[in-house]
Amino acid sequence: MFGKLLTKFGVKSRKGRETAYGYVFILPWLIGIVCFVLGPLVFSFITSFADYNMLKVNFIGLSNYKKMFFQDQLFWKSLGNTLVYSLLNVPLVTVGGVIVAVILNKSIWGLRTFRTIYYLPSIMVGVGTYFLWMLLLDPANGLVNTLLGLIGIKGPAWLTDPNWTKPAIILMHLWGLGGQMLLYLARLQSIPQDYYEAASLDGAGMFKKFTTITVPLLSPIIFYNLTIGIIGAFQVFQEGYIFSGDGTGKPAGSLLFYNLHLWNQAFKNFKTGYANAMCWFLFAIVMILTVCNQKISQKWVYYEEGDNDD
Amino acid sequence: MMIKQRKNKIADIVLFVILAVGAVFILFPIAWMLSTALKSAPEVAMYPPKLLPEKLLLENFAIAWSKAPFTRYTTNTLIIVFFTIIGNVFVNSFVAYGFSKIDFAGKKLLFKIVLATMMIPGFVTLVPTYVIFSKLRWVNTYLPLIVPAFCGNAFHIFMMRQFYRTIPNELMEAARVDGAGHFYIWGKLMMPLVKPVMATVALISFKGAWSDFQGPLLYLSDKNKYTIQLGLQVFKGQGYTEWNYLMAVSFLSMIPILVLFFCFQNYFIEGMNVGGAVK
Repeated sequence: MFGKLLTKFGVKSRKGRETAYGYVFILPWLIGIVCFVLGPLVFSFITSFADYNMLKVNFIGLSNYKKMFFQDQLFWKSLGNTLVYSLLNVPLVTVGGVIVAVILNKSIWGLRTFRTIYYLPSIMVGVGTYFLWMLLLDPANGLVNTLLGLIGIKGPAWLTDPNWTKPAIILMHLWGLGGQMLLYLARLQSIPQDYYEAASLDGAGMFKKFTTITVPLLSPIIFYNLTIGIIGAFQVFQEGYIFSGDGTGKPAGSLLFYNLHLWNQAFKNFKTGYANAMCWFLFAIVMILTVCNQKISQKWVYYEEGDNDD
Repeated sequence: MMIKQRKNKIADIVLFVILAVGAVFILFPIAWMLSTALKSAPEVAMYPPKLLPEKLLLENFAIAWSKAPFTRYTTNTLIIVFFTIIGNVFVNSFVAYGFSKIDFAGKKLLFKIVLATMMIPGFVTLVPTYVIFSKLRWVNTYLPLIVPAFCGNAFHIFMMRQFYRTIPNELMEAARVDGAGHFYIWGKLMMPLVKPVMATVALISFKGAWSDFQGPLLYLSDKNKYTIQLGLQVFKGQGYTEWNYLMAVSFLSMIPILVLFFCFQNYFIEGMNVGGAVK
């Protein structure tokens, strides 16, 4: 039917017809990218220079950006919170994931069961998991502090102590590192065993093998995960919203992450123009991070031959 | 040689112990969730906390479920999940076919854009997208949560394209010689072949839509339209938290994904692996 339509419009060459077909097939995505990515990006860029509350647009030049950088202390606070959180969370979860994957790649009794257990938390998703951790981290009779008490440590107040809220989130994420572990495990299983055997013949020990074979061969995926992880860390919202109970980022604003502040500006205070300026600043950060990461990975990451085609 | 073997054996035992300790740390919270769900109110408040309740109050699950309209929330969630899966599975396989089996001008550049959009965090476009949906008067309907699933998802398109590329072109060429068009080839020839990756996308979509909190929080204000996650949050927020009931419904809310995972483990893991191949 579509073919007949093309003939009617005089598209007869094979190349022309293929192009027409191609664009029909990717049309849903094209609509999506225009309506939900490019359009919004342009729109938010324009209104970031305006006093805008979804009804009236009143252009005010750079005022939103000035307010953001020089007046809004919560902006810096939320950015700082997000940075601290991502600098702690991303490396810890990555290193943890790699270590567990390396151990689970050995032939150990009960391996399949262990893999399932370690993966289990990453399919226990949703708001319920956050509640579970609120219960576990209860300062008085939560499980974590009870266990710490057994070995003579007085546990912190976790989610009610501003200094301990971020470690609390990281603890929860470490519990769920099985998802990352699985990625590394898949990669590890593709490393030919003879690499290790050859190294053994040359007298390399376990540690040497780990640093000279495992790490370099894992490096592409580690770097991919670092990029995704850092960008993901800049997406942190739910943790702050749910753990603070009312979305204000309490205690003492320690859970006020960038996106939570953005959310409150946009949907509580209806400062849409200002929120759009924050959107663009976030976009800029993520772009810079992505570019930096690519530059670094070109220098550091080991790619197998033919790994990089197209 | 003997010494080396013994050394390996000791190393294996050490690793096993480390893994076992880790496994206990992972399973304990889950066990705690269940044990709390089965406790009575005084037992929950007890200090030091009791490992197991005196009497396993299985009825807690039923009581908790009826404390808020959770059946309604579940139905609402399933509606969103259903359409999200339909959209993601069919639209992305359609788009991915275009990107992998048809040669057209500008394809390379456009596919680079697909990959680039995978890197853009959702919050960058959250506010302007909300403005669009509110101007369309779609706020407080399911449309903002469903319609984007019909407009392609970069990650799923990438994943499906990887799969299409493993299907030899000869098959398609033969069909083309016989006069078949691309629509026919996609619908009749390719669909049966890409079923595994469609299953993976369906599972990922289920997990995503079922556990989504932020989307419903932003777009749904009518209590009758709440999803399970939003319902849970509201249930928790009402005055004094009854932890036994909260843990009971929290656990119930996780069952669908847990069941799906244990039935279709391989498809879940397949999806993870392709994700890792992006680099």
